[in-house]
Amino acid sequence: MSALLEIAGLNVHFALPDGDVHAVKDASLTINPGECLGVVGESGSGKSQLFLAAFGLLAANGRASGSVKYRGEEILGASPKRLNSLRGSAVTMIFQDPLTSLTPHMKVGQQITEALMLHRHVERAEAESRAREMLEYVRIPESTRRLGQYPHELSGGMRQRVMIAMATITGPDLIIADEPTTALDVTVQAQILEILRNLKDEKHTAIAMVSHDMGVIAGIADRVQVMARGEIVESGSADDIFYAPRHAYTRMLLDAIPKADEAPAPVTEIGAPLLTVDELKVSFPIKNGLFAPAQTLRAVDGISFTLHQGETLGVVGESGCGKSTLARAVLQLLPKTGGHVVWLGRDLDAQTQSDIRKLRQDFQIVFQDPLASLDPRMPIGVSIAEPLKALEPGLSRETVRQRVRAMMERVGLEPGWINRYPHELSGGQNQRVGLARAMIVGPRMLVCDEAVSALDVSIQAQIVALIRDLQAQTGLALIFISHDLSVVRRLSHRVMVLYLGRVVESAPSAALYADPRHPYTRALLSAVPTPDPRIERAKTRLLLTGDLPSPLDPRAQLTFLKSRLGEPGYRPKLEQVAPGHFVAEHE
Amino acid sequence: MTGYALRRILGAIPTLFVIVTLAFFMMRAAPGGPFDSERRLPPEVERNIKAAYDLDKPLVQQYFLYLGKLAHGDLGPSYKNKDFTVVQLIATGLPVSMRLGLSAMTIALLLGSFLGVMAALRQNQWQDYSVMGVAMLGITIPTFVTAPLLTLVFGIYGVTLFGHDLSLPVGGWNGGALANMILPVTVLALPQIAIVSRLMRGAMVEVLRANYIRTARAKGLSARRIVMRHALRAAVLPLVSYLGPALAAILTGSLIVEQIFGLPGIGRYFIQGALNRDYTLVLGVVICYATLVILLNLLADILYGVLDPKVRQA
Repeated sequence: MSALLEIAGLNVHFALPDGDVHAVKDASLTINPGECLGVVGESGSGKSQLFLAAFGLLAANGRASGSVKYRGEEILGASPKRLNSLRGSAVTMIFQDPLTSLTPHMKVGQQITEALMLHRHVERAEAESRAREMLEYVRIPESTRRLGQYPHELSGGMRQRVMIAMATITGPDLIIADEPTTALDVTVQAQILEILRNLKDEKHTAIAMVSHDMGVIAGIADRVQVMARGEIVESGSADDIFYAPRHAYTRMLLDAIPKADEAPAPVTEIGAPLLTVDELKVSFPIKNGLFAPAQTLRAVDGISFTLHQGETLGVVGESGCGKSTLARAVLQLLPKTGGHVVWLGRDLDAQTQSDIRKLRQDFQIVFQDPLASLDPRMPIGVSIAEPLKALEPGLSRETVRQRVRAMMERVGLEPGWINRYPHELSGGQNQRVGLARAMIVGPRMLVCDEAVSALDVSIQAQIVALIRDLQAQTGLALIFISHDLSVVRRLSHRVMVLYLGRVVESAPSAALYADPRHPYTRALLSAVPTPDPRIERAKTRLLLTGDLPSPLDPRAQLTFLKSRLGEPGYRPKLEQVAPGHFVAEHE
Repeated sequence: MTGYALRRILGAIPTLFVIVTLAFFMMRAAPGGPFDSERRLPPEVERNIKAAYDLDKPLVQQYFLYLGKLAHGDLGPSYKNKDFTVVQLIATGLPVSMRLGLSAMTIALLLGSFLGVMAALRQNQWQDYSVMGVAMLGITIPTFVTAPLLTLVFGIYGVTLFGHDLSLPVGGWNGGALANMILPVTVLALPQIAIVSRLMRGAMVEVLRANYIRTARAKGLSARRIVMRHALRAAVLPLVSYLGPALAAILTGSLIVEQIFGLPGIGRYFIQGALNRDYTLVLGVVICYATLVILLNLLADILYGVLDPKVRQA
């Protein structure tokens, strides 16, 4: 069998103002017809640039050398005309972040048919009917209406399906999928991966799957190449890489993945709760034009829980389930519409604004995007010192400086970096700054809102370990919010699963992962890819179909309780099925 | 969309009202009046004239009288050009000014965008540097310098190329003959071409870096098709926002240009009116200018919605 794509000794350089960057070093790989090659590596490993370079898509300051053969024909340095006849026709691409990767001012239909009309010289009407078929193939219902919509009118999962439709409509031999599921929810990710697997099995399309996620790779790849700092450090069959890794970096990647047996030790002494949240509700009015009546979006719709000292509550759910709104309302950063938040026996409703400001010393928050949540024009030392100056105004300049340095050391930052700016640090280091800023006032509760989601797995593991250390040292209570069920498992004593603003299941961590009762929890857990090819191949997937229902629909809550659909105001009740294990009514 | 346009037009009425009020009282705050001239009129004659124009009444009353007439579309008589009403003067001057302004703007938009796109596609090459360098010159050299220079070259010295005489008339309207329009339109358009090309280049460079351009390249589209279909529409958005300020700039530019080339546009009436304290004429031209600027800003916003589907929905 002759190879479809053969890359040999490929080097990629970028000319940057402060010197030349060698992004891909002497990379070689082959992809055979109909097979899936997984290319795994962390951010900056050069895995995306490798494929962009192979097909002449580097940015203007990039240069590629070496050899790239498509069906035996050398295409590196081929004429733009030859490359254009290949790209979008025989070789297509799916990119990460489908919102920015689709042209915002063009209708979805135009974008899907464009390549077909260009490469296959198909008439418009014919192309449109093919596009409708393609949309149905990637399971987008109401295909005719969707073709006339713009990308921003579709959900994230649907946009990525449009990307796939666009990449498959010309019937390519090879699809290069560059982090195709990275920004998506797990259940949507599972749907997208299923479509890609079908493409491989039914249409025998070869796929180059570029990803940082070992779980995603395990589920689809026949062979795997591991990249680190521009080099391919290990390559082999999926089984070899996962079960007998030879290179230290591959082992490190596999070790960094959260494992089942890593749940934290239970909290020993349980006294009165630090925090009691009772039937908390937050809703937003949504206006649809001038004269339409405002609708109510119930972002958080009656959530109750308690949190003790030293305890971690994991909150999981997909985008739009209200987990961030919950965090903000608990911290009094958003006005609530109903319910109570009680901190150490004091109802926060009864406190004045200035009392709450003082109480902020007790509860702090760390946000998702570490770079975006730091002021880019402030040195990190100033950012870390700011809450201290606000909450303990009497401190001398020298004391503040000492405490900042001590805190930096404690979160693993070089104290000498006190005058550096956020853009000079890596994502992981910036998140340490975020932690230092939150911890410097000595809080008793910390809310981590997707605090590790944007980080590479190895960095993620370090930050999680750091949070655990800080908790062990200070008896901090944690609310750990994430869409990533495996990270939550690693830290949490209890886990609460949210679905459209309500708790569908809440249980001690071990019980929830071992014995999930609610169909949504089951679907969520089954959607999480396991970094183990044998398990992934054998897995029967519980796929949720379609998108999350609109939270504006009053009946959306009843998706799992169809018999009550006649009573739109009905809310499924939580029932205790085992000690401490609560499940919402379902059928 | 129609509802939106209607709301915006209604919203423009208070703005216009504020402009009229400010202009009215500022004009009156200036020393002198329409009938002060070197030869003093006998007091009773002056009193009679003032009474005829209601100028003897208290200022506030005059203001309300003016507003009342304005509501009926009557801008009053011109105090200096005694045989004409302000509406008549504007009706003769506006077509001249509009033709001048619109030609300059069209040329600036077309030529400026073309140069800007070209510079963006040849970023950091000689084409880019030369367009941007010339554009910088165009922005920095004021109209009252380019106008006399061009007059000197094409009018006084005369230019002959391959035996063709390229000399141009340096003044007068001549019923709007092409030859008479070339110099004033060029002078008006030059700084705008420069600004538009710089804006266009910046926006285009930005858009060409976007992820969806990479997607378009990955589809195998030609460079030309990528620019025309995927990049251009997003790149003209900043230009559309500039339409309002551009019109304002062309209007103020036309004051000078009409004066220099002796063209019978409303810009000339505006200057004459201001110097002669011809209150009604100045107010009439101000209202005319303000309406134009408001309308063009509205048009720009609507165009923005047409080009950007996200704005349309909001």
